[in-house]
Amino acid sequence: MTPGGTQPELGFGGGEHPPRFPSRWTRDLTLGARLAFAGGREGWLRTALTAIGIGLGVVLLLGCAAVPNILRAHTGRVAARADDFSFATTDLPRGDATLLVADIDTRYREWNIRGQLLQPEGPRAPLPPGLSALPGPGQLVVSPALARLLDSPDGALLRPRFEYPVVGTIGEAGLLGPNEYAFYLGSDQLEEVSRGPIGRRIDHFGAVHASQPLSPMLILLVLIIFVVLLLPVVVFVATAVRFGGEHRDRRLAALRLVGADGAMTRRVAAGEGLLGAALGVGLGIVGFLVAREFAGVVTLYDQSVYPADVRPSLALGLLVVLAVPAVAVGVNLLALRRVVIEPLGVVRQAAGTRRRLWWRLTLPVLGVAALYPLSPGTDLRDGTVAQIQVTTGAILLLLGVAALLPWLIEVVVARLGTGSVPWQLAMRRLQLGGGTSARAVVGVAVAAAGAVALQMLFGAAARANTVSTGQDPSRIQVEVSLIGQDSAQEVTLLHRLLATPGVTSGYGMTHFSIVDPAQLKPHSQGSQPGIWDLTVADCASLRQMLVIDECADGDVFQASPTGAPDPTDPHPGERVLIGDPDQPNAPHWTIPATARAVRSATDASGLTYTGLMATPGAISGSALPRPGIVVDLRADDDDPDAIERVRNTAAGVDPLADVTSLRATAENHNFAVIRRGLAIGALATLLLVGASLLVGTLEQLRERRRLLAVLVAFGTKRTTLSRSVLWQTAIPVLLAMALAVLAGVGLGAILLRMVHEPVRMDWSGIGLITAAAGLVVLLVTGLSLPLLYRLMRPDGLRTE
Amino acid sequence: MTASERPSGDALLAAIDLQKSFGATAALAGATLRIRPGEVVAVMGPSGSGKSTLLHCLAGIVRPDAGRVVYAGRELSALSDSERSALRRSEFGFVFQFGQLVPELTCLENVALPLRLSGVRRREAQRRATGWLDRLEVTDVAGKRPGEVSGGQGQRVAVARALVTDPRVIFADEPTGALDSLNGERVMRLFTKAAKSSGSAVVLVTHEPRVAAYSDREVVVRDGRTRAEEMVA
Amino acid sequence: MSIGQVFLGLLESRPSYGYDLKRSYDERFGQDRPLHFGQVYSTLSRLLKHGLIEVDGVEPGGGPERKRYAITGAGVTDVQRWLAQPEKPEPYLQSTLYAKVVLALLTERPAAEILDTQRTEHLRLMRELTQRKLDGDFTVQLISDHALFHLEADLRWLELTSARLDQLATVVRS
Ligand SMILES: Nc1ncnc2c1ncn2[C@@H]1O[C@H](COP(=O)(O)OP(=O)(O)OP(=O)(O)O)[C@@H](O)[C@H]1O
Ligand SMILES: [Mg+2]
Repeated sequence: MTPGGTQPELGFGGGEHPPRFPSRWTRDLTLGARLAFAGGREGWLRTALTAIGIGLGVVLLLGCAAVPNILRAHTGRVAARADDFSFATTDLPRGDATLLVADIDTRYREWNIRGQLLQPEGPRAPLPPGLSALPGPGQLVVSPALARLLDSPDGALLRPRFEYPVVGTIGEAGLLGPNEYAFYLGSDQLEEVSRGPIGRRIDHFGAVHASQPLSPMLILLVLIIFVVLLLPVVVFVATAVRFGGEHRDRRLAALRLVGADGAMTRRVAAGEGLLGAALGVGLGIVGFLVAREFAGVVTLYDQSVYPADVRPSLALGLLVVLAVPAVAVGVNLLALRRVVIEPLGVVRQAAGTRRRLWWRLTLPVLGVAALYPLSPGTDLRDGTVAQIQVTTGAILLLLGVAALLPWLIEVVVARLGTGSVPWQLAMRRLQLGGGTSARAVVGVAVAAAGAVALQMLFGAAARANTVSTGQDPSRIQVEVSLIGQDSAQEVTLLHRLLATPGVTSGYGMTHFSIVDPAQLKPHSQGSQPGIWDLTVADCASLRQMLVIDECADGDVFQASPTGAPDPTDPHPGERVLIGDPDQPNAPHWTIPATARAVRSATDASGLTYTGLMATPGAISGSALPRPGIVVDLRADDDDPDAIERVRNTAAGVDPLADVTSLRATAENHNFAVIRRGLAIGALATLLLVGASLLVGTLEQLRERRRLLAVLVAFGTKRTTLSRSVLWQTAIPVLLAMALAVLAGVGLGAILLRMVHEPVRMDWSGIGLITAAAGLVVLLVTGLSLPLLYRLMRPDGLRTE
Repeated sequence: MTASERPSGDALLAAIDLQKSFGATAALAGATLRIRPGEVVAVMGPSGSGKSTLLHCLAGIVRPDAGRVVYAGRELSALSDSERSALRRSEFGFVFQFGQLVPELTCLENVALPLRLSGVRRREAQRRATGWLDRLEVTDVAGKRPGEVSGGQGQRVAVARALVTDPRVIFADEPTGALDSLNGERVMRLFTKAAKSSGSAVVLVTHEPRVAAYSDREVVVRDGRTRAEEMVA
Repeated sequence: MSIGQVFLGLLESRPSYGYDLKRSYDERFGQDRPLHFGQVYSTLSRLLKHGLIEVDGVEPGGGPERKRYAITGAGVTDVQRWLAQPEKPEPYLQSTLYAKVVLALLTERPAAEILDTQRTEHLRLMRELTQRKLDGDFTVQLISDHALFHLEADLRWLELTSARLDQLATVVRS
């Protein structure tokens, strides 16, 4: 400092001629930024960890900011290709601008394939989005993903189903996502059956999107997902800012002791926080752009997303990019309180003031208070008070975890002081400097609590979806159904299916509807005509559906669950119409007087057949139109490809054939994926937190090289000190996990109660997260041991 | 030097012709020293002459390149690392210049630490530690942590910790180095008194003559060699 | 320390004339009190009388007679005994110790040993004083401390000198 100089170079606090406002700010901020890298390798690592932590947070937050646009794009794409207007009130007459369409969706392995049959009825027939021309009859247009699948060895079993010339690919405009499997097949076989399954007449594609109300469960899921995903991210960002904070506090306190005033200390800290945050935001944006390219690779619920559709809305994106550094600086400033007030205590590592319980407890209590009164079946739709209540309740509960954890660690650790020497050393360490470890694990606690709650919800949702298909795959495994030309087709179909490799046995039947012509008259007076089912099948098949002992060709049965037919049912001897009563040539049939009343059984597909059951001999001679043909097949249990071959055969008979594979429980691939995703997310957070714990431990070990050497001189064993490091890492993590599981299960239970689901623990998820936590503890300890051993050499006794 | 050939005789701890190099620097180049039970020996010499290295070799913390260290008839270099650690726990005590107390533990716990490391129960260890704090006149700091006590008090706590196991040898490397003369002398007075009363030998590295005056005799180390050994042995 | 002991030491390093002895003494040990010629010749005659030195030769010519003196075997023994014997520690000892060190260097004796011997002697006294201090009352403590601090200063000087012996040797021998 020159005596006559106007600007002290490093004069803290200004002096006689304080530097002008902006230069003071830049000076302090850059000093802070420089400090971010001070401290050698650990300093870099610490800043890098902060940047990575914030970066991960920014990636997730930007992802969430893109969700509205993703959903908008998705609904737009769905609406653009809509072709089912069966809710339309007027029938469309055939014209030169109409098109017949029919859904021929199929499945291949675990994938859904969207298929449409297209048959133009004139030159101006509408074109579905993504197509440049309508395929001719027997011509195929496929999506790029389906084309790839068909070309790959993986698609070998699918190829026989698509033995048509491929004349084009569906463009982006006609697909929901890059990985969607879809095709259009040209046809000339379709006929319009008003609102029927065979074909729909349309004159345009695309609909004004009509939103359907979501189920409360789904709304809840979405709300909680947002809260549970975003909150840990925010908490994590806040804790990432404080990685290695203890060390930094002491440095800032030293700065303050040298003469920096409170404001300057704050500016330096802000500079340090800003640098980490800026690096993090930069990293996050890059990470987001990279991750976005991978968005097209991921397929969830058969859904994939075009990277171009993953666009954060400008407002939300800006909010993220500005709010994250603001949070970083805010957290840094908040943490400075003690440094500014009693820097000496920080430098000398004196014990700070005790944490208070009451306000920390207020948060979760308020959270439970908000959630608990919500009775089962509460209306959760947009804008309701209940929705706000659920969201704030969940937020408060999770924030409560963040607030309670440091207190919990402090209280538990204060009571754990006595024990073996390693234990004592670790506990005392935590008692004095536990804040840092507590802060580090808060992020993971909130994330884990959220993950546990989500997994419980998903578990319930998955159970709700898997339970009770009512199907009995021990009797049959595949059901093929189609609307046939005539009853004879059933025989062909059955034969071809039985000849398919992997199919072991099967039986077929045909379904018709019958109408009592006598009751047709009241129909004209405005009341419903009586319509019953007639099933035609041979005795072997009937035995699957009815409780009968004797059966011969020519027999007719009248089936009902009780065995006593309903008095309104048609009686034996009555004359009925088979098929569509509006068809002029619908055949008549007299129910034989020998028809017996029997009890119906539940067949393999879970259906209970009631109504008339006839053997073919009983109605032979009648040319029965448009039978519903159903063939139930048994396939080789050990041949997973059998179902694909059955689908191929069925498609060969009629592209409109419907093939269902029966399962006792529908295995839900998607829930497994989400659970895995949650677990991976929690694990990644854990690892990051582990890294920050590791940096803290290494820093701390390095700081006490002399002390370690002294302890070694005293004859302290390696194992004693290693164990102390282990406990020191394990206790905060274990406490965090315990609190997280408790809060997560609590939140999950309250939420499940709201949607009438039984509370069931997701032990596998909890176990996975806990095991991961244990692993992280071991990893941190293991990785700090080499340094510990190195520092335990006598070199440390030499004065620095 | 004939001293190196003499049997260790009535010595409790003997270093015979020790050599130790760190890279190119020879820290010890033929140091010989005998410590009899209960005697206080000052190790003096200019800075960098190898005093601390000699102390570390004597205590079995550093293994000399050549020469022997014999404690109570046992050669230290023949012992394994864990045996030497055990020896240090039970037979030796240490006082250093600074930074030796565990900052998180209270002074009482710091003093009890060596006992606990050798498996003494907590209550018993603390009872004995309290006794030593009393003898070193620092009872009032028992519940405080090292960050909260003065340098002199901390050093007396460290001395109490070195004495708490009733060691047969205490190694002190510049124990008063960070203290003013009044405090330094107070520490030395209590230290030597306590060591004498419990019959512990003391190896005291210092370059302060007034501190060395608390010893029974001195050994001078120069360029890694001891001198004046024959004159008193 | 006596002039005779210094002369003996100087003569051990090389035979000299009386005038040269006076000059060497004045330069190295005389500080600001040069010797009188009378002192020089009375000392030399005393040493001659005790057989510690002998006349090595006489330079003929005009002016005052020039006798060259050399040390005898008895004289060397006397120097050795004097150097090896530690001085009684007392304040303002430096001049004697200094003379001893310089003469040891001049006569190529191990000067460090002189310092070590002296240190031992100092420490012995300091121990005594420390003991007296520990046993005595407050006044005894204060008086002992006074002596101890002075002795410590001496010892510090000893340390410093032994650390710089090589440097001193080159200066002395030049
Ligand atoms: N671990 C080490 N690595 C490298 N050199 C070392 C090591 N320990 C000691 N030395 C060197 O050995 C020599 C003697 O060191 P030592 O610490 O024993 O000296 P000292 O007499 O205790 O000095 P001081 O009075 O300054 O403490 C010095 O030159 C020192 O640099
Ligand atoms: Mg040393």
